[in-house]
Amino acid sequence: MTDHRDRVFLARGLTKIYPMGEIQVQALRGVDLELFAGEFVVLLGPSGSGKSTLLNILGGLDSPSSGAMQYGGRDLSVYDDAELTRYRREHVGFVFQFYNLIPSLTARENVALVTEIARNPLPPEEALTLVGLADRLDHFPAQLSGGEQQRVAIARAVAKRPEVLLCDEPTGALDVQTGVLVLAVIDRVNRELGTTTVVITHNAAIAAMADRVIHLSNGLIARIDHNAQRQAPHEIVW
Amino acid sequence: MRALDRKLWRELWQMKGQAIAIALVIISGVAIHIMFGATLDALRQTRARYYQEYRFADVFASLKRAPESLQARIAAIPGIVEVETRVVAGVNLEVAGFTEPITGRLISIPDTREPRLNRLYLRQGRLTAADRNDEVIVSEAFAEAHRLEPGAKLRVVINGRRQALTIVGTALSPEYIHQMRPGSIFPDYRRYGVLWMGRRALGAAYGMEGAFNDVVMGLANAHAAPKVIDELDRLLTPYGGLGAHDREDQSSHRFLTEEFRQITLSATLFPTIFLGVAVFLLNVVVSRLIGMQRDQIGTLKAFGYGNGAVALHYLKLVLLIVLVGVAVGIGIGAWLGQLLAALYMDFFRFPFLDYRLTLPLVLGALLLNLGAAVAGTAFALRAAFALRPAEAMRPEPPARYRATVVERLGLQKWLSQPNRMILRHIERRPFKSLLTVLGIALGCGITMVGRFQEATINHMVDVHYKLSQREDLAVTFVEPTSWRAIGSLDSLPGVERVEVYRAVPVRLRFEQRSHRTTLKGVPSGGDLQRLLDADLRLLTLPADGVVLTDYLGQLLGVRPGDRLIVEVLEGGRPVREVTVAGLVKEYLGVAGYMDLAGLNRLLREGPAISGAYLAVDDRDRPELYRRLGEIPRIAGTAIREQEIRNFHQTMEQTMLFFTFIATLFAVIIAFGVIYNSTRIALTERSRELASLRVLGFTRGEISYILLGELGLLALLAIPLGFGIGRAICAVFVNGAQSELYRIPLIIHPSTYAFAATVVLISALLSGLLARRKLDRLDLIAVLKTRD
Repeated sequence: MTDHRDRVFLARGLTKIYPMGEIQVQALRGVDLELFAGEFVVLLGPSGSGKSTLLNILGGLDSPSSGAMQYGGRDLSVYDDAELTRYRREHVGFVFQFYNLIPSLTARENVALVTEIARNPLPPEEALTLVGLADRLDHFPAQLSGGEQQRVAIARAVAKRPEVLLCDEPTGALDVQTGVLVLAVIDRVNRELGTTTVVITHNAAIAAMADRVIHLSNGLIARIDHNAQRQAPHEIVW
Repeated sequence: MRALDRKLWRELWQMKGQAIAIALVIISGVAIHIMFGATLDALRQTRARYYQEYRFADVFASLKRAPESLQARIAAIPGIVEVETRVVAGVNLEVAGFTEPITGRLISIPDTREPRLNRLYLRQGRLTAADRNDEVIVSEAFAEAHRLEPGAKLRVVINGRRQALTIVGTALSPEYIHQMRPGSIFPDYRRYGVLWMGRRALGAAYGMEGAFNDVVMGLANAHAAPKVIDELDRLLTPYGGLGAHDREDQSSHRFLTEEFRQITLSATLFPTIFLGVAVFLLNVVVSRLIGMQRDQIGTLKAFGYGNGAVALHYLKLVLLIVLVGVAVGIGIGAWLGQLLAALYMDFFRFPFLDYRLTLPLVLGALLLNLGAAVAGTAFALRAAFALRPAEAMRPEPPARYRATVVERLGLQKWLSQPNRMILRHIERRPFKSLLTVLGIALGCGITMVGRFQEATINHMVDVHYKLSQREDLAVTFVEPTSWRAIGSLDSLPGVERVEVYRAVPVRLRFEQRSHRTTLKGVPSGGDLQRLLDADLRLLTLPADGVVLTDYLGQLLGVRPGDRLIVEVLEGGRPVREVTVAGLVKEYLGVAGYMDLAGLNRLLREGPAISGAYLAVDDRDRPELYRRLGEIPRIAGTAIREQEIRNFHQTMEQTMLFFTFIATLFAVIIAFGVIYNSTRIALTERSRELASLRVLGFTRGEISYILLGELGLLALLAIPLGFGIGRAICAVFVNGAQSELYRIPLIIHPSTYAFAATVVLISALLSGLLARRKLDRLDLIAVLKTRD
């Protein structure tokens, strides 16, 4: 059972309030959460439920307004900018809905951007092979399809061998077939590299891939489901 | 190469148009700075070395006649280390083939050795031989004006006696860097010459054997000058001393100093403005450029790049552009500076030119630009770093647009949808719009600075020579002469009107201030020489009291009613007191004016005159010139038309080059600003405009939305630019006030028109370039990327 494995994240009473234009948005209203090494977690919820905010706080892209967020026993919520930067550099890989590739760099260079500052990275070519893009190394983002771009983004995220892979709607901008391909890559990384993986989605079908599914609603965890059996990505239909 | 550096080069290549425009702005600012700075350094350095190596004297004195034995007593005055007594004679010259009157100054040089002071720099030929009395050295400027080479002959009238002389050399002298007929403001090398003859020969010709009428001295310490001058005046007064003076009152040095002051002003003002504008624009452009990379900054930070690494990345991008700009600017500036300095070297006739770039000059340009670029980068990065990466990567929240003032006034029915979008966009980001307007306005303003002087100079000439000095010819006498001279002038061929004047060298004192100048007595009711008040209306001289050039009044700090002390510097050197009756408007030169009879009364002399103004019939000019040349009492003749030409020529020689350069760079800067504003607006809004295209707007319509806004801002900038330009011109005019001339602040409509045209054409060109990019807007790609 997952509870016997090492605890990677421990969140207690997380809240987040931020101003959006003229109004204050309460994105998180007190979240308690534990994540364990090597598990595959899906954060599920409608838009505005707070899942992106939670992911950003997990990844050190944002800080909570109150509450504690521990990573490996250290409290991220008190980290300053430089400490958060080091945390992201050494431990976290990100995959974004809109890929966020640097348009002026090729696939290989986009990956190299990250491996150059990592301690023990995969060579960019190997990372790109892992995501099935061995033949697209020197293509610029504009020369790649959406699915390919997202796979470059995944290669970029995993090339540093992060402890945690955080994916924000990785298939949100993709069609079903391409989405499945991308999910397969994430699944493979999780299984083969043992990377703790958190995937945000509002697509319930994807939840079947996960060890645990955390349902968020209105800034709170509504419930947590455990899947006895993880489904393979190619079995998923939506 | 590191991936981040690759990103840098590729992005630099992508924005090459903008990068070049920014670099051009920097190049313009730096080149102007270096050009003027290096020229100024070179002129100062050159003059200092020239003065030192050719032993320019510290104290000067003229007198009527003293025996050579007096030299030992002069040398005994404490502080004096070198004395050179000389004979100096005013002469009339005749050069074959030139019919107009030429006057000159013949100065003696020692027969058997080099002069101890004011040494000659021989350009051609040799010094005069001790045993010859018909040899002469002429100033290079005079020789060139008449194409005289060693071996050529010329005739001089010394003391009424005509004598043929052979030119054996041409030379330069630190004493006559500026060669001007006394009373003139601008050089005329054809009609005024400086010549040197052996002491014995000139003494014999001028009746000065064993005597001297001029002495120059070198001091151990220039600060001792006032005491030396006092001693010297006491010593020389019995010999008809005309008042000793130091370098400050030496004509050539004084004019040179004034001119250096003018150049210094240009050399400070122009670069300050140009560099300032360039630096301001650099700052704005850089901060907006980086502002647009907000999401990439977020992404880099998400992957663990620290603030330092990200800052360094953008700094590199900016510094590359800046360093290239500064390097090219220094190169171009150094080259232009060499041209300008050579021009001045020619103008001043320096024997050599010490031109080199100094480290402070180069460092100044570099640091200013780096500072501005780094500040702009830091400003933009600070804003980007203030955001959490999560926020930086998120699209900016929809901006808070609201109805514009125009709409709230209920005028929206007059505005089409695109027009409303333009107005709302400007209103939403007033600060950014203001910066754009200010940038364009600065570009507009500086294009006026180079050009306004031309119209101003014409105005000065019109006022001085058409309203005030209206004579055709001015003759000056060797020494004050009785009224009877008029009779003889009246009867000369072609002379229609004669107005006499008396000119007295004086030192005017008021409180602790004093100024050496000329006091002029003019008959009341004159028509050829007229005085003008501040509004350029005719001013009638009061029977008593003195009227001063407005600028002289300022220098002395006097107001009408104040009592002025007049130290006369000739004859018995009386000291008198006189009331300031008023001030007159004069753009050229300075002087004090009195009613002729009043001045004669003040000096307690008979009706003496120093010269006369003539109105003449053009047909009789050649004959008149010939006859004037034969009158021994006439020391000089000035032709008004020639004076006007000299004025223009001098102004053109010194001003044209740099006004051209300044205008050229101003135009480049103006274009650079406008092009950059357009490109930045295009990048910032391409997504929005592509969305509009998807919604069915035509290319024309989206171009209108983007370019209409820029056009509107450019139009708003033009009047502001006029104001800025006028203010810069005012600063220039204010600083350019000098004894030589005062430039009035007159800006011709054509100057405004030129500035506006530069802005409009730049806007049009930038618009066309942007339009091309808009037409190629890839709608799908733009909508897919989420910037």
